[in-house]
Amino acid sequence: MWCRLWESMSENIVSVNNLSVSFDYQENFLSKKQKIKAVNNINIKIKKGSFFGLVGESGSGKTTLGRAILGANKISNGNVIFHDDERDFDLTSINSKEMKEYRKKAQLIFQDPYAALSPRMTVRDIIAEPLEVMKITNSREETDERVRDIASKCRLNLEHLRRFPHAFSGGQRQRISIARALVSNPKFIVADESVAALDVSIQADILNLLKQLQNELNLTYLFISHDLSVVAHVCDIVAVMYLGHIVEMAPSRELFSNPRHPYTKALLSSIPSIDPENKSRAIELEGEIPSAMNPPSGCVFRTRCPHASKDGKEANIEMGLVEVSPEHWVDRCGVNCA
Amino acid sequence: MTHLLEINNLDVKFDTDEGRITAIDNVSLTLDQGKVLGIVGESGSGKSVTAKSIMQLNPGNTIYNDNAEIIIDDENVLKFTSKNDLKKIRGGKVSMIFQEPMASFAPAIKIGSQMVEQLMIHKPLDKNEAKNISIDMLNRVGIADAEKRFNQYAFELSGGMRQRAMIAMALSTMPKLLLADEPTTALDVTIQAQVINLMKDIIKEYNMGVIFITHDLGVIAQVADDVAVMYLGSVVEQGPVNEILKNPMHPYTKGLINALPDINNLDAPLTPIPGNIPSPLDRPSGCVFRTRCPHASKEGKEANIDMGLVEIKPGHWLDKCGVDCGKV
Ligand SMILES: Nc1ncnc2c1ncn2[C@@H]1O[C@H](COP(=O)(O)OP(=O)(O)OP(=O)(O)O)[C@@H](O)[C@H]1O
Ligand SMILES: Nc1ncnc2c1ncn2[C@@H]1O[C@H](COP(=O)(O)OP(=O)(O)O)[C@@H](O)[C@H]1O
Ligand code: SF4
Ligand code: SF4
Ligand SMILES: [Mg+2]
Ligand SMILES: [Mg+2]
Repeated sequence: MWCRLWESMSENIVSVNNLSVSFDYQENFLSKKQKIKAVNNINIKIKKGSFFGLVGESGSGKTTLGRAILGANKISNGNVIFHDDERDFDLTSINSKEMKEYRKKAQLIFQDPYAALSPRMTVRDIIAEPLEVMKITNSREETDERVRDIASKCRLNLEHLRRFPHAFSGGQRQRISIARALVSNPKFIVADESVAALDVSIQADILNLLKQLQNELNLTYLFISHDLSVVAHVCDIVAVMYLGHIVEMAPSRELFSNPRHPYTKALLSSIPSIDPENKSRAIELEGEIPSAMNPPSGCVFRTRCPHASKDGKEANIEMGLVEVSPEHWVDRCGVNCA
Repeated sequence: MTHLLEINNLDVKFDTDEGRITAIDNVSLTLDQGKVLGIVGESGSGKSVTAKSIMQLNPGNTIYNDNAEIIIDDENVLKFTSKNDLKKIRGGKVSMIFQEPMASFAPAIKIGSQMVEQLMIHKPLDKNEAKNISIDMLNRVGIADAEKRFNQYAFELSGGMRQRAMIAMALSTMPKLLLADEPTTALDVTIQAQVINLMKDIIKEYNMGVIFITHDLGVIAQVADDVAVMYLGSVVEQGPVNEILKNPMHPYTKGLINALPDINNLDAPLTPIPGNIPSPLDRPSGCVFRTRCPHASKEGKEANIDMGLVEIKPGHWLDKCGVDCGKV
């Protein structure tokens, strides 16, 4: 029994192997087509039941990675496998029939559902839409029942189902979008900046709700955020992205107490401390993130790294994660230069 | 001692289709030269409206109360109506920087031309002198290739650089008072750290007074000397930043701190403030926070109390309601 439990806990729900995603980019119709490598040779395994955090600055590739796992981005290289109880979905070779099946299992929480949806839809219709599109339910009664069920799990007032979205506060809106993502009974959820637009008191409420729903419904999350404090509080494992690469990955507490990669260290030191007496200045990184169209060769972080060597040998090294202590992975470059 | 800025009894109301909104209710604040006053609060608490009142940038549907005063150099800027008077504050004695730097730059005019123009309005300079000062300022805020950037448009710069350019423009006229409204909110953390360090250095160097608005208590802790906590148009607690963040007394200030994920204390639960901010159209009577306060009395006596700050220890001001209920 104990053994079975352990097995199911350590089972992966998603395996991402050597994944790259590139986009074609053309400045205008006269200029040459260029390739942007938004996600570059990424390997991650997401354990069933985990709260997997993905952090990094704007443009680092978080959304692209999340969308690739959901099958919403074309995979240029490598593969993504979703392990369902009965079968695997290989997102590299998935056909449209399997895709329909997969959509029920893996869902995205929109940052703000009303940005995407008609203001003329009631809250009930917004939540019910996935059921109808995916033809999951057979009658209006069944649909209504599922909507009511998930709405109350998300602590929405059932009275509100008949209303239109415009009158709702940010927190209520986010609960509606969570209910919409969960109504098809998925197992895996990508939450992309789901609390970024919320005030702290509402943010705390939504984070607690996500945790609670995870336990209640056996969910696994890929939680994308640029806010390290939030990630540190809710995630049990965290991957740090920079310019399309994962540069470090470890169980949350290990990562935040023992960061190894120079970029992770700089990120952590940049969080303004709420203690006014702790006036340690952030490790200041030079300049800004280079353009993904023209990334540095070798170590992608070298143009901003305080520890880059004078002779520029980082320009020629090959990146890749190395396990430096159990489950703590750091980019090879970071290990070399540390 | 006279203060650099003194706001007394400010009410701001807006006439809207749905009725008259109270955005600011009886706010009084002071700021001295060389000091940074942080204003913190959730969205809609009135932070931006307070700052815009100082520059008279609120729109036409704004109503100020008659006894309100915003005093800079012995003059009540709320009484300014002529273009010349307004010029003294806007971009003269007072400069403002915004969350979205694109709002400060006209898209079709080069950054340099805008800086030069603004300088020449406020200072007796010729074009060449203004240009030199502008380029010098761009250099000062850490923009590499300042001469090249001088000739570029705002959209050609990255987010962090645009923010620096806006700070350079705001500072070039040497204002006595800088109003910074969420100047780092839209930036990535490593860029935010650069801009915060830059602002700290510049504030010290120029010895100006600054109102720094943000919803981020961490940013406040790092840049401000004093902090005012706003909720639904009222200042509910105010004092030295160390005192307020370490000894918060008002239930709202405590709520904000308890809701915050603190990276140095991962075991602390995240405690939300219950309920939602009421609409400014039906602002609660009496204590504005009573509809969400965990310590509100059962008999609802808070509905009838008069709000107002009281000094509970030197420099630490707390809303009168908080004092009543301060047994909590
Ligand atoms: N459809 C697309 N076409 C071209 N380039 C794209 C496309 N989608 C993303 N990119 C580029 O890929 C890179 C990674 O983008 P992505 O949206 O994944 O970043 P992110 O980490 O989610 O950033 P943010 O924190 O700003 O949301 C960026 O350089 C982006 O401009
Ligand atoms: N021009 C306006 N007309 C009507 N209401 C306004 C206007 N500007 C601000 N408000 C309202 O005033 C209140 C305070 O707004 P603001 O100062 O922008 O808040 P914040 O603290 O987020 O900066 C809000 O309820 C807002 O909706
Ligand atoms: S390889 Fe060198 S430049 Fe790259 S992160 Fe490591 S120390 Fe920095
Ligand atoms: S007066 Fe009562 S309701 Fe208002 S903040 Fe104080 S304890 Fe809370
Ligand atoms: Mg994104
Ligand atoms: Mg504002």
